[in-house]
Amino acid sequence: MSAEPILELKNVYSSYGRIKALKGISVKVFPGEIVAMIGANGAGKSTTLMAICGVVPIETGEIIYNGKPIHGTNAEKLPPMGLCQVPEGRRIFPRLTVEENLELGAFYRKERAAIDDDLAHVYDLFPILKERRRQQGGTLSGGEQQMLAVARALMTRPKVLLLDEPSLGLAPLIVQKIFDIIATVNEEEGTTILLVEQNANMALQAAQRGYVLETGTIKMEDEAGALLHNPEIRKAYLGE
Amino acid sequence: MEYFIQQLINGLTLGGLYALIALGYTMVYGVIQLINFAHGEFFAAGGYVGVILLNYFAGLGFMHTHPILCLTGSFILTMIYCSFLAMAVEQVAYKPLRRQSRLAALLSALGMSIFLSNGLMLTQGVFDAPYPGELFEGGFEFGLISISYLQIMIVALTAVLLVVLNILVFKTRIGMAMRATAQDKVMSALVSISANRIIALTFAIGAGLAAAAGIMVGLYYGSVRYDMGFVPGIKAFAAAVLGGIGNITGAMLGGLIIGMVEVFMAGYISGQYKDVAAFVILISVLYFKPTGIMGENIDDTRV
Amino acid sequence: MIQEFKKIWKSYAIGLVWLFGLLWPLLGIHPDGTLSFGKTFTVWLYIACGSFVCLLLYLMNKSGGLRVVTTPLAAARDKAGTFYGTVPVWVWLGVALVLACIFPLFTSRYAQDVAINVLIYVCLGLGLNIVIGLAGMLDLGYIAFYGVGAYSYALLNTTYGMSFWVCLPFAALFAGIAGCIIGYPTLRMRGDYLAIVTLGFGEIVRLILNNWMELTNGPNGILGIKVPSIYIPSFENGFHFELFHLKKLYYLYYVALFLAIVTIISVYRLNYSRIGRAWESIREDETAAELMGVNTFLLKLLAYAMGATFAGLAGAFFSSRMRFVSPESFTFLESAMVLCMVVLGGMGSIPGIILGVAALIVLPEAFREFELYRMLVFGLAMVVMMLFRPAGLIPAQRVGTRSEEKEG
Repeated sequence: MSAEPILELKNVYSSYGRIKALKGISVKVFPGEIVAMIGANGAGKSTTLMAICGVVPIETGEIIYNGKPIHGTNAEKLPPMGLCQVPEGRRIFPRLTVEENLELGAFYRKERAAIDDDLAHVYDLFPILKERRRQQGGTLSGGEQQMLAVARALMTRPKVLLLDEPSLGLAPLIVQKIFDIIATVNEEEGTTILLVEQNANMALQAAQRGYVLETGTIKMEDEAGALLHNPEIRKAYLGE
Repeated sequence: MEYFIQQLINGLTLGGLYALIALGYTMVYGVIQLINFAHGEFFAAGGYVGVILLNYFAGLGFMHTHPILCLTGSFILTMIYCSFLAMAVEQVAYKPLRRQSRLAALLSALGMSIFLSNGLMLTQGVFDAPYPGELFEGGFEFGLISISYLQIMIVALTAVLLVVLNILVFKTRIGMAMRATAQDKVMSALVSISANRIIALTFAIGAGLAAAAGIMVGLYYGSVRYDMGFVPGIKAFAAAVLGGIGNITGAMLGGLIIGMVEVFMAGYISGQYKDVAAFVILISVLYFKPTGIMGENIDDTRV
Repeated sequence: MIQEFKKIWKSYAIGLVWLFGLLWPLLGIHPDGTLSFGKTFTVWLYIACGSFVCLLLYLMNKSGGLRVVTTPLAAARDKAGTFYGTVPVWVWLGVALVLACIFPLFTSRYAQDVAINVLIYVCLGLGLNIVIGLAGMLDLGYIAFYGVGAYSYALLNTTYGMSFWVCLPFAALFAGIAGCIIGYPTLRMRGDYLAIVTLGFGEIVRLILNNWMELTNGPNGILGIKVPSIYIPSFENGFHFELFHLKKLYYLYYVALFLAIVTIISVYRLNYSRIGRAWESIREDETAAELMGVNTFLLKLLAYAMGATFAGLAGAFFSSRMRFVSPESFTFLESAMVLCMVVLGGMGSIPGIILGVAALIVLPEAFREFELYRMLVFGLAMVVMMLFRPAGLIPAQRVGTRSEEKEG
């Protein structure tokens, strides 16, 4: 693990209207690792990801990516820099075909050949998407939509992939499959992954390190294994 | 029978023009859920810039020597002009209000509409501005049916524009980005589509089509007026709603239907109440099937 | 801060270049095949200078450069506010009423004419306020009800010779019924669909007025409408009541004042009544209101009908005062103007609307030589208001966000 974090949040504050959503979040993500961020509903996990991606403006603090501050950058400028998010609820474009959804992932890229290569690559990872490539995104099942969302994000060739609740509303088997893919992407392509989950067990097993969020603050930060065996965490998030 | 066919041809001509205007409403609504009241003014501005350019070319004497070139040039320049006008309007009056209530944006649009039509009046005068008459005289005669060259030109050009638009929206990357932005702006940003640019582009395309319709209406009726945008604007909006707002194919179909209904209403029932037809269609569609004939995916809470 | 200003100036410069590009084809290309730049440049220069001054003031205000002026102003306003607060409201209202009553005694015919206009539009604006400001439904065909009221009185008076006072409730009733008829099918819609449908209805009403020759005499209008009259006691030849026609303009002024006061009181009472609260709940969140047991259908219909009723009253008075009606007076632009008054003054705020009406009627009179630019300025004012002060000049006190705001 190198000493320089690829993505770093320093004391970030943000709010929705009058509600303070983030109250001083500091997170470090090092290249090549999987970091899990767990917490209950409304703890600020999704807001953190949206703040990183420039969708939710931050009030104070800094977000550093690759040594450069990126807060205040328009959201659409980040995917070309290698920062991409699979948002909560998947947000497939429902009236675009599967292939169009994937093409949009590569929207900023111009080299046709490379895009076609990547398309073939994600079809290898998710063969079901190849079968359904002429179908509209909205007609896919929840699991297929999640795969499409991940595949679409991979089409941006991310260096850092932010995943928001990839297990939400999916059957355990599919969840397992998605997590397998995440691990594959992390291992084979060295993509750094920041994973937000309510399914703490799953997330901490996949990750190397973890953060615990509570009402907009970081409550705990540790190696994933340590968190997984922390009695407090087990009680609060693992249902014991 | 001849009369019927004649009406059909007239209806097709008019319907195509409504379809061109309706597309601007429907595209803008599809992307930012705003009824762009000023859209009718883009159409009127198109009519005026068209007459200015054609008269200018006539003044230079090019009209006799290169009529096709003059006409093509006028069309292209006018469409560009109106695209720029629309982008300016969007930047000034709509963009700052994107996070405000929809009522605020709607009122701003209304204000812009009044502003633009009065701006046209101040610069161009309150009277009708006549189009140069020597273009497109004559036509075909089949017994009692007559089709003027102008009608053929209008229908043909409308068809070309509609086809080009369809290709642009459904077959190109930029069209894909437009459709994506209409469906989910945040997600579009996350895949590096700039919503601001797409919205500006949408306004530009819509206004360009309206401008083409403006010139054709000027050629068809022989003159333009500063307030000519209002009534066709509402009718075209009715067409957009009829086809299912946000739906491009629907707007084309809706435009044709409104045009046909209006012409047949005038031809068979009453010329005075032909304007009522469009409003009655609009109201009945909204009452019985608010999603329009082609629409199926409208989120109910948004309307 | 400096960065931000630089950005503003840059976009301002681009905007000016853009503006020139848009202006020039309209002013500089001539049918004789010549091009000119002089006129465009003059117009452009006026706009550029005007907007430059505005922008400069705006930026100075933002950065605190105008504190020299704004601080004493704010202090003065605070002082005025405290003074205003020390005197009970009824005193102020009394002063306003007395001023309004003695107004014709020391003013010219022309001023009275303008004042009557203001009072008519106060009725209209407050009526529209019920629909848009309280119930939150954007109505772009409002002027149709004004037309219904005007034609009701015109027809009843010219055909049956009925007097103004008898016709007044009828005009209000007919307009209210028209409101129900238009409101009924539109109640299912929300937001901008409603706006466009009401616009359509407004146009339909105008087209009917314009084309139904037998009833309305079409575009020629109806002539020979009688002014209001009252019975006054007379002691000549023994005690009896004498019919007295209110032909003098200042008599009409009092009639208008009476109607306006009735409207103001009614709207005020409605605003703070149970119904008013229900309307506001519909405006804030229709679904929530319905779930709380508010009969949204009936209340929206009621809002429509009430708004229409006041327009009907104003319409009846309008036709009696002009003694002539024609469809010309009920175009969409009139609707837009009333709307503009309400928006400018502040939706839902009674003093705001009165101020808005006064501003939009009196200012154009004061700048008669710029008559041509009137609508241009109205349109621009609407946009500018939405951009910088969407709540209006005097914002209503109870304003929340509309349900649609969160979604857009």
